[in-house]
Amino acid sequence: MKESDFRDNETLELLKQSGGNILLTTLADIMNWSRSNSLWPLTFATSCCGIEMMAAAAPRHDFSRFGMEVYRASPRQADMIVVAGTIVNKMAPVLKRLYDQMSDPKYVIAMGACAVSGGPFFYNSYHVVRGVDHIIPVDVYIPGCPPRPEALLYGVMQLQRKIKLETLTHPRKTENLK
Amino acid sequence: MDNATLKERILGIVPDAKFQENKQFLTFIIPPDKMHDLAFKLQQEADLAFDFLFCLTGVDRIEFLEVVYHLESTTLKHQLELKVQTPDRENGAVDTVSDVWKTAEFHEREAYDLLGIKFNNHPDLRRIFLEEGWKGYPLRKDYVDEVNIVEL
Repeated sequence: MKESDFRDNETLELLKQSGGNILLTTLADIMNWSRSNSLWPLTFATSCCGIEMMAAAAPRHDFSRFGMEVYRASPRQADMIVVAGTIVNKMAPVLKRLYDQMSDPKYVIAMGACAVSGGPFFYNSYHVVRGVDHIIPVDVYIPGCPPRPEALLYGVMQLQRKIKLETLTHPRKTENLK
Repeated sequence: MDNATLKERILGIVPDAKFQENKQFLTFIIPPDKMHDLAFKLQQEADLAFDFLFCLTGVDRIEFLEVVYHLESTTLKHQLELKVQTPDRENGAVDTVSDVWKTAEFHEREAYDLLGIKFNNHPDLRRIFLEEGWKGYPLRKDYVDEVNIVEL
């Protein structure tokens, strides 16, 4: 399915491709289930959104309830990167490198106004990347400045729904996303 | 030491220091050539004992470039603000205070990096945040960057 088809949150599952082998689709369901319920994010936060992300991980909101369980300090062990904060031009190659070091399948959440579009630094700023999608492909955008932990939880759950739509014949290939 | 005696004491060391009205801090504008001697005395003399430079800032006031020093004595609990101004935008230089307060070394590199204020006798004056080879000083009011800056 095309990336551009993700427009409406409510009808996401309707876009799931019909047809296919019973054995393969069941296998895909199992893989998607295990994959989406055990997302390991990379420990990566560049500014205040990082604090909200920590709050979402802390006991009050606790996103391990949704399977976003352990933060990994190495990109090689992570499935997902939450870009939590402003990305400046000097940080951009570092972020790209971190993303490249992650193993497939890998997912990206752009958290907060800065990662979505440059946010408050869009105007009159000499050093900010206007949206992290200039560097790496983004799966879920979470607006807010910074978004509340509930918003992050919602974003993660949307990502899980998105992962559940993958099939063995149409896996997600990051190389194809340009 | 209270602010009134501190004021007398500063004017005793540098008679042509200009007092500036300020709600929070006792503020003086110091002539650039007197700054280093004053800094040394402020730190050394027992009744002043300014052992902590808690902020060093560069400011672009358009007519001149300014360096602001915020000082505190952690033992005697008094604070002081000093300003040094240089009208020369291209080669304006201020004496470093990094030999008096070590923390000034990085602060002065920052002021140099973003505002292009040069510091005489600084041990390692080069850019700290921006890449080597960056053209211009981005926090100056007259900085122009047509590629990156989107004007509002």
